[in-house]
Amino acid sequence: MSPEPLLSVSDLQVGFATEGGLLQAVDGVNFELRPGEVLAIVGESGSGKSVTAQTIMGLTRGHNSRIEGSVQLDGEELLTAGDAAMRKLRGERIAMVFQDPMTSFNPVYRLGAQIVEAIRAHRPDTSKADARARVVELFDSVGIPEAERRVDDYPHEFSGGMRQRAMIAMALALEPEVLIADEPTTALDVTIQAQILRLLEDLNRERNLATILITHDLGVVAEVADRVLVMYAGKVVEQGTLDEIFYDPQHPYTWGLLGSLTRLDRPRPKRLPQISGAPPSLLELPEGCPFRPRCPHEFSKCTQVPGLEARLPDAPKHCDRCWLTPEQKREKRHVEGQIGLEAPA
Amino acid sequence: MNGGGENLLEVTDLVKHFPVKRGVLVDREVDQVRAVDGVSFSIPRGKTLGLVGESGSGKSTACRAVLQLIKPTSGSVRFEGEEIAGLSRRQMRPLRRQMQMIFQDPYASLNPRKRIGQIVADPLRRQNVASGSDLRRRVTALLERVGLAGEHYDRFPHEFSGGQRQRIGIARALALEPKLVIADEPVSALDVSIQAQIVNLLDDLQDELGLTYLFVAHDIGVVRHISDRIAVMNEGKIVEQGSADQVCEHPTDPYTKKLLAAVPIPDPRESRARREPTPS
Repeated sequence: MSPEPLLSVSDLQVGFATEGGLLQAVDGVNFELRPGEVLAIVGESGSGKSVTAQTIMGLTRGHNSRIEGSVQLDGEELLTAGDAAMRKLRGERIAMVFQDPMTSFNPVYRLGAQIVEAIRAHRPDTSKADARARVVELFDSVGIPEAERRVDDYPHEFSGGMRQRAMIAMALALEPEVLIADEPTTALDVTIQAQILRLLEDLNRERNLATILITHDLGVVAEVADRVLVMYAGKVVEQGTLDEIFYDPQHPYTWGLLGSLTRLDRPRPKRLPQISGAPPSLLELPEGCPFRPRCPHEFSKCTQVPGLEARLPDAPKHCDRCWLTPEQKREKRHVEGQIGLEAPA
Repeated sequence: MNGGGENLLEVTDLVKHFPVKRGVLVDREVDQVRAVDGVSFSIPRGKTLGLVGESGSGKSTACRAVLQLIKPTSGSVRFEGEEIAGLSRRQMRPLRRQMQMIFQDPYASLNPRKRIGQIVADPLRRQNVASGSDLRRRVTALLERVGLAGEHYDRFPHEFSGGQRQRIGIARALALEPKLVIADEPVSALDVSIQAQIVNLLDDLQDELGLTYLFVAHDIGVVRHISDRIAVMNEGKIVEQGSADQVCEHPTDPYTKKLLAAVPIPDPRESRARREPTPS
């Protein structure tokens, strides 16, 4: 473990100028990603997880966006790369899979043709026949039965799970090194979700892909991730290995996320532990820690935002933004014997 | 007016088939889609039945057929002991007050051009229950009851988050003081942390108002939490029915087992252990 990182994101800041003022969607994100690794970015809607991914892909550039910091792929800076270079890089080196495969394909073209077009846009020397053969091979490798026949289907002829497989096939067409999957299973039934997660895991292993998985579902995270980044209101509030986040979570927001899950493997509680309130508007952030208004453990120090630091002596890479001491955290994070945010009312 | 004994709702052999038609000038019926194919269940007063199934299993169609929003092909739906299957729209109208629905998508189910107060007041106005200052007072009380504030009365749906919109949908459903509430995937479009809030709210409302729920969802974890009994639906049929814990802990039907096995366990160690012995 730990060869050179393939992708390094340092102090990434993404803001958008809006009528209501500057909206800081991403505020200081840092991480490194190595080949074969799965990094999960977890958070609620509006936490900045998708904007982080889109910025890595160069998709948030615009006259109203302010992007700072650094995103390096194999030592090459992406934030300042030209549009043509980014266009070449998207698909070839970093590819993305989206939540809704129905809206990501053009409904009036055959699936195979859309992927052939993507291949030939990047590799103009490839003949149509070769590109088509490649698509059949890809469909086969992502588990689409009768690949030879189904490349000529239209998107509506595929079920949701099969469409998601087709999208993964398209993402893999140019053999990228980094795959970003943005809520890839949220729109799918659980049995199909399980299949797609297995597929992503196999691909990750076989192709040594570096994967970023964006999701709001910690159940999905537990199944596939190696490391986890928890985001809230544009900031990373905690990051660590999968086991650190699940078994020794340091930030109250993480406790809340873990506590609010329904678990089939445990007796059901009388009430689901919840995180009360709603995430703050990014235009009217509270003073200090953004989670303060929803946190039952807030105290005088919380009017200042703590840095993202390692606070446990034996886990130098497990970082969080909470002023409570590790001892206090260990005591406060238990709700009826489970990790959770607050005692049920 | 407490017909039906212990059960508020009794559904027997409910069938809804959709014809598949083909033809150039004259449509001929060539096949049928058996969306709901002989479904039976009953819900005691004040209890919750969870209806679980994947997309296409027929659970939403079953809800609509129960409410007579679509006409069932055959079968019986008894509400408080009275047969409502086959009643005309006019005959259903007085009964509508007593059975309300909460929808999945809080973005699509609220009229974007109406203020929140109007949206929640509409059912009261249409059924001539309240008007004027009495109406406003009742709507404000409803908004507060579901965890919103009275000052939200004059705002528009786009000013609210997904979770708040679902609260508005719940307030609207409760406006007419229904006995039965059918919730079709009420939390599946929401973030996990907000799901817990809405599930707890529905729980509290049931305790306070004695509501009876038909709770439809594909997430068996959420369904187990809120339900007394669970019915598992697949391809138009109920394949297993029992108490919530019994169905989740000792499933007997292969489809139920498959559904349960696919639910991710939010515990890395257990999830690893579960994956080890299945090399296929």
